Amino acid sequence: MIRWVLLLLGGALLGGIVHLATVIILPRTATQDAYARLTPIAPVNTVVALPIPSPEKAVMPFMDPAFASAVCRYDLSEGPLKLTVPVSPAYTSVSFYTRHDIAYYAINDRAAGRRVIELDLMTAAQHEQVPEDEEITAADRLIVESPTLMGLIAIRAMAPEPGLMPAAQNAVAASRCLRQTEPPRSRK
Amino acid sequence: MRLLTGTLFALAVATFVGLGMTYFALTRGAAFGALPIDSWTAWPKTGTVEADPYARASIARTGRLPVALGDGVSFTVQADDNGKPLDGRCEVVLAGITPAARYWTLTLYNPNGDLIANSINRYGFTSEEIVRRADGNFEIVAAPRANPGNWLPTGGIERYQLVLRLYDTAVGVSTKAGREVPMPAVSTRSCP
Repeated sequence: MIRWVLLLLGGALLGGIVHLATVIILPRTATQDAYARLTPIAPVNTVVALPIPSPEKAVMPFMDPAFASAVCRYDLSEGPLKLTVPVSPAYTSVSFYTRHDIAYYAINDRAAGRRVIELDLMTAAQHEQVPEDEEITAADRLIVESPTLMGLIAIRAMAPEPGLMPAAQNAVAASRCLRQTEPPRSRK
Repeated sequence: MRLLTGTLFALAVATFVGLGMTYFALTRGAAFGALPIDSWTAWPKTGTVEADPYARASIARTGRLPVALGDGVSFTVQADDNGKPLDGRCEVVLAGITPAARYWTLTLYNPNGDLIANSINRYGFTSEEIVRRADGNFEIVAAPRANPGNWLPTGGIERYQLVLRLYDTAVGVSTKAGREVPMPAVSTRSCP
């Protein structure tokens, strides 16, 4: 009897380890996470507008139907990216996600404080290579460090009323994420 | 033989307990750092790099992109203030005000996170669309049939959830439930 109780306890303890291991491993093995869902429709380093979610079809679950959205699936292995997002009339935000869909940075139109949100996205190693004096002269450039080489940028513009949806869609469609072909220059 | 059956028994228990707990945790959407306010719950940390392993697993399993904390906070309600699960065949009333935010949206989803088809293609409200009373309070009625005022169609489905997203708000990781974060009261008015 004691033996079975001990085995049960041992099994439960081992079960706890199995539980923790599966929870930690799951994000690495998930085949239907947001990044995987976007891979077939979003080419690398390009802004792709996503269709407005409807009951029949939505790229991802839990999308906000009041927003026009676009994504840029990025790969920084060949150099930093430059992101420009025109601000829509209502509310515009840019959120950055890692390869495993973890948000590491977000900015909205008011925080950016301009008509156009302009950002440079680079890894920590690429940031170190930016000359220091350049960084000072280019203080108006916002630099975002990505913790991973690959990830997602979600650009979202709100349509507070259905009639404002076309304007929001135009704003996200006019966004660009481009690889920096030349070293960033300071603006005078 | 005894050793073999014993080992197999312990391993079977481990598999059952381990996978069972994982399944349970993920279907319930468990994560640390929950911010419960009345019937509403938010997980502000899930929208940051400090998301715990449970939040990460849940994000990967559902396939959603969480609302980043610098963007906003999303509150979910699955049961009314009396603990009754939200039923699309009933009339559910949301009444009150929301915490301060530049904009907010309220959206109705089925348990999988899909929108519900309805005759007027309305899936939620934004803070700009709501008809308010003179004191700023509002009342939203989620019901299967048309209602005067702010009607949110449920399509008559058995279970649904409401997600209130606050955009550009001070509500976040350091928020404590209290007077400065008033959430709308959720009550079931009538059920067929």
